[in-house]
Amino acid sequence: MFEYSPAPESRSLVSFETSYGHFIGGKFTKPSNLYKTINPATEEVLAEISHGTDKDVDAAVKAARHAYEKVWSKLPGSERGKYLYRIARIIQERGRELAVAETLNNGKPIKETRDFDIPTVAAWFFYYAGWADKLDYAGLGANPKAHGVAAQVIPWNFPLMMLAWKVAPALAAGNTVVLKPAESTPLTALLFADICQQAELPEGVVNIITGYGDTGAALVKHPDVNKVAFTGSTDVGRVIAKAVAGSDKKVTLELGGKAANIVFDDAPLDQAVEGIINGIFFNQGHVCCAGSRLLVQESIQDEFLKKLKRRMEQLRVGDPMDKNTDIGAINSKAQLEKIDALVRQGVAEGGELWAPQCELPRNGFWFRPSLITGVSPANTVAREEIFGPVLSVMTFRTPAEAVTKANNTPFGLSAGIWTEKGSRILKLADQLNAGVVWANTFNQFDPTSPFGGFKESGYGREGGRHGLLAYLKGGN
Amino acid sequence: MRSISPEAIVGSRITNQSLRRWLHSLPGVDKVGLEARAASLGTRSIKTASKAWALDAAIKMMDLTTLEGMDTPERVKSLCLKALTPDPTDLSTPRPAAICVYGDMVKYAKATLKDSGVYVAAVATAFPSGRASLRVKLEDTKDAVRAGADEIDMVIDRGAFLAGEYLEVYKQIVAVKEACKRNDGSYAHLKVILETGELQTYDNIRRASYLAMLAGGDFIKTSTGKVTVNATIPITMLMLQAVRDWYEETGELIGVKPAGGIRTAKDAIKYLVVVRETAGETWLNPDLFRFGASSLLNDVLMQRQKLKTGHYSGPDYVTVD
Repeated sequence: MFEYSPAPESRSLVSFETSYGHFIGGKFTKPSNLYKTINPATEEVLAEISHGTDKDVDAAVKAARHAYEKVWSKLPGSERGKYLYRIARIIQERGRELAVAETLNNGKPIKETRDFDIPTVAAWFFYYAGWADKLDYAGLGANPKAHGVAAQVIPWNFPLMMLAWKVAPALAAGNTVVLKPAESTPLTALLFADICQQAELPEGVVNIITGYGDTGAALVKHPDVNKVAFTGSTDVGRVIAKAVAGSDKKVTLELGGKAANIVFDDAPLDQAVEGIINGIFFNQGHVCCAGSRLLVQESIQDEFLKKLKRRMEQLRVGDPMDKNTDIGAINSKAQLEKIDALVRQGVAEGGELWAPQCELPRNGFWFRPSLITGVSPANTVAREEIFGPVLSVMTFRTPAEAVTKANNTPFGLSAGIWTEKGSRILKLADQLNAGVVWANTFNQFDPTSPFGGFKESGYGREGGRHGLLAYLKGGN
Repeated sequence: MRSISPEAIVGSRITNQSLRRWLHSLPGVDKVGLEARAASLGTRSIKTASKAWALDAAIKMMDLTTLEGMDTPERVKSLCLKALTPDPTDLSTPRPAAICVYGDMVKYAKATLKDSGVYVAAVATAFPSGRASLRVKLEDTKDAVRAGADEIDMVIDRGAFLAGEYLEVYKQIVAVKEACKRNDGSYAHLKVILETGELQTYDNIRRASYLAMLAGGDFIKTSTGKVTVNATIPITMLMLQAVRDWYEETGELIGVKPAGGIRTAKDAIKYLVVVRETAGETWLNPDLFRFGASSLLNDVLMQRQKLKTGHYSGPDYVTVD
């Protein structure tokens, strides 16, 4: 038997402080008001983190304002670009350390942090570094101006990558930032603070304030913030939109999704199986654009599900630090409970649950990669974002029915089409209400390509020139 | 032999038109997706006990090959002796599955290998181009079988395949299979070389795989080793998908042999990972998976020594063949 021996990445590549303060004005504050951050795969405490108060938020915004007025807005774009290039290079140099840190704090497999998250983070900084001295060509005329201080609140699913998506364009455009990472995954943001020091970024250009939802609320409500960018759940997005309504703050929201992955009977089946697997089980399904609804043409349903199940049996669930792990830990107990509750409801409403009987570790938070078949558009698991490794399977008979079912959701972030027929791809891409439509592939991200949603998936775009405009006056 | 007839599989009498309809109804292959999956399996980290298992398995699944114009009886004998004792410093080293030679060298290989359990495979049918009349190809095959070849590695008529003459390709394989029949009624094992580097597209490779399986090939093999592009991981993965699906449809187990360009133990282990995660454990068996290679053995032996002793030896510590 060819069983893979354990191949663990080295834990010693990263060392955390026992406790962290906030990063304000280029320095770490004294740790205070502490809570614990853990490794969700083992429940081991990694460090203690400061829970930011209104006072901390105010100090961070003041530092950002000061840096904006005195330093950053006065630097030529080419100088800002140099700092961004330097940060990008340091991220590459410290790539293994960052990958290990991300895996320990988030629970996602080292394979993904090493091959996807961290390279994407570096790519984002390199890309926006290039824009810093070319803002005249962004489409807003000569000398476009930054907003000023940007308040950025990011989720726990791609902690450092979401930081890069927010910080890189903001700095390139000439803003200074106050960023709040998610309460459960602050460690790579704090390592990023260290990278800012290493790059000798002027004090106060990047400020990082840790804490829970109340800290984030204080940040987005702060009167001296000019721009608010948030990625996370639609519920919190609504709260933020209300909080800033009536002010002149600019807002970008990147919220939830319930993407349909549509497989036609003429699809390249083996690759479609891979795409469906990647679409829903990548990052434990903690992906806003996850392909969480499979729409498969009725005529190939049995054959396709057989292939899909066989492939799911191959998925290796377990220790995220093992280089051969495909699916890691669920990020938190709360998220695990939410997934579990939604799946139970799906079964109660008549769905049939299937999962490979892989062994799960005893500590930590785990959920088997799962399929729910026999789902109808009226079921909860077809409508609500589960944000976990759970695929809801529905069928369709004609292309028109596929489009109707795919669009029948309050969300509109992404969609996938699987067919060998090029003309069908073009027609459906036009008809699907989604910010991104992938054809014969899924979950492809590139810094040059704008990303964002329709309807309850939010507004504004990140990435590419569009993502830059969101940080310039007149851009949104 | 087989419980299900070609006509039943195709769903009609075998004509060029019915073969075309059947082959063109197979699901397409998306190049980007196939290659991405192959690359992602290439990142599997195979260490310690699993590596030791894989190195031994790679040797047991090897067709140790010499296919040169300059081959001589002495050269073939030397290679056979190497197969019998791959590593004189470690007699626990397993033996390769077979020696692969040209037809006229079969008798020399047989004379050395005798009933050691190491098979003799002969390339036949106007290898490598396959450009000869069917009569010549059949005689080439019969000649090797008469000389004692246990296995025949034939080439398909790529010209006919690319011209859409599927029936011609099919008929030739069927005829060669018949030429593999020995006097006692048993058959030499037939490996069908698709020469994937000349078929070029993944869709063609899938169709050629199905055509070869339909015609009765026991193995489908990627390449002759004589063209620019030989075995690759994505091509091998595609052929493994084909044999897996074929088994589900017909209950017949068909083998896969990547050949040409596999030179390092690291590469070989990547192939074994692809076998395990595409077709499954059943195919991790010399009866169903082979490597066609010449220089691979020594690299595997060096890695094996490294794993046992903890340090690298070097090319002077493995025998030349």
